[in-house]
Amino acid sequence: MLDDIDRQIIQATQTGLPLTPQPYQAIAEALGLSADELMARLTAMQNDGIIRRIGAVPNHYKLGYRFNGMTVWNIPDEFIDELGQKVGQLDFVSHCYHRPRHPPEWLYNLFAMVHGKSQQAVDAQIQQIAELLGDYNLGCDVLYSSKILKKTGFRSRDVISQKSP
Amino acid sequence: MDELDKKIINALQDGFPICDAPYRQVAEQLGLGEQELLNRLKALLDNGTLTRFGPLYNAEQMGGALTLAAVKAPKERYDEITDIINAFPEVAHNYARNHELNMWFVLATETPGQIQQTISAIEQQTGLTVYNMPKNKEYFVNLKLEA
Repeated sequence: MLDDIDRQIIQATQTGLPLTPQPYQAIAEALGLSADELMARLTAMQNDGIIRRIGAVPNHYKLGYRFNGMTVWNIPDEFIDELGQKVGQLDFVSHCYHRPRHPPEWLYNLFAMVHGKSQQAVDAQIQQIAELLGDYNLGCDVLYSSKILKKTGFRSRDVISQKSP
Repeated sequence: MDELDKKIINALQDGFPICDAPYRQVAEQLGLGEQELLNRLKALLDNGTLTRFGPLYNAEQMGGALTLAAVKAPKERYDEITDIINAFPEVAHNYARNHELNMWFVLATETPGQIQQTISAIEQQTGLTVYNMPKNKEYFVNLKLEA
């Protein structure tokens, strides 16, 4: 469970790590902690899955991935877990989720994100998913992102004020 | 972006060490100087190749909540709707997409209850219906993208 110090650490690092030779030392000093305690807490949060990873988040477009498709599929509910697992295992799928339908307008319940440097590359990926789903695919669409309107990641309004239960 | 930048991006997506001098450790693995790595990382952030560098927090594991939501923004109001939605700190990502549902955003909040509050506030400020699509199940997430 997170305590107030963890929440201060989250607040201090959610926009990024300092680009200085000893970044953890710098954060620790700002928070009045020892570097050892800060590193121990970050390690614990990473082990607990609170931190997915520490690293760089690239802009897809800048890396040449101009074709970012959100593929959406209408799959019978009784088969979605089995098929969702299989689609998620395809090496080019970055995210794969079961989400609710909004009938009658939105019947798709399986979402799989694909990324390619060309339309042909993405088309081939979509074809591969369609083949895997076979007759269980009752309808599909691909929504390409035409623009990133915002990409800041998680930002808490005021993480410190919230006490742990 | 040159070959060295690509190597740096790939290496830094893998997991940055928690230690006294982490940049030096990564720089040594890449065969370059600590300051050169820092300079290049700063340039990649400044020019937008990287949107962020640091811990990626899992909102749900922190007791918070996430959802994916979409609206049908009329063309003539698209910029206005974008500004309204982006102004919410709960909006972590927002993408324009080619569909009748043409704006898709991820909400991340401190508590599950704040998701519905945020959706209601967006509906009120935009006058649009928000289609809420929280995940029922996550099958796979891989955040790495090869440079």
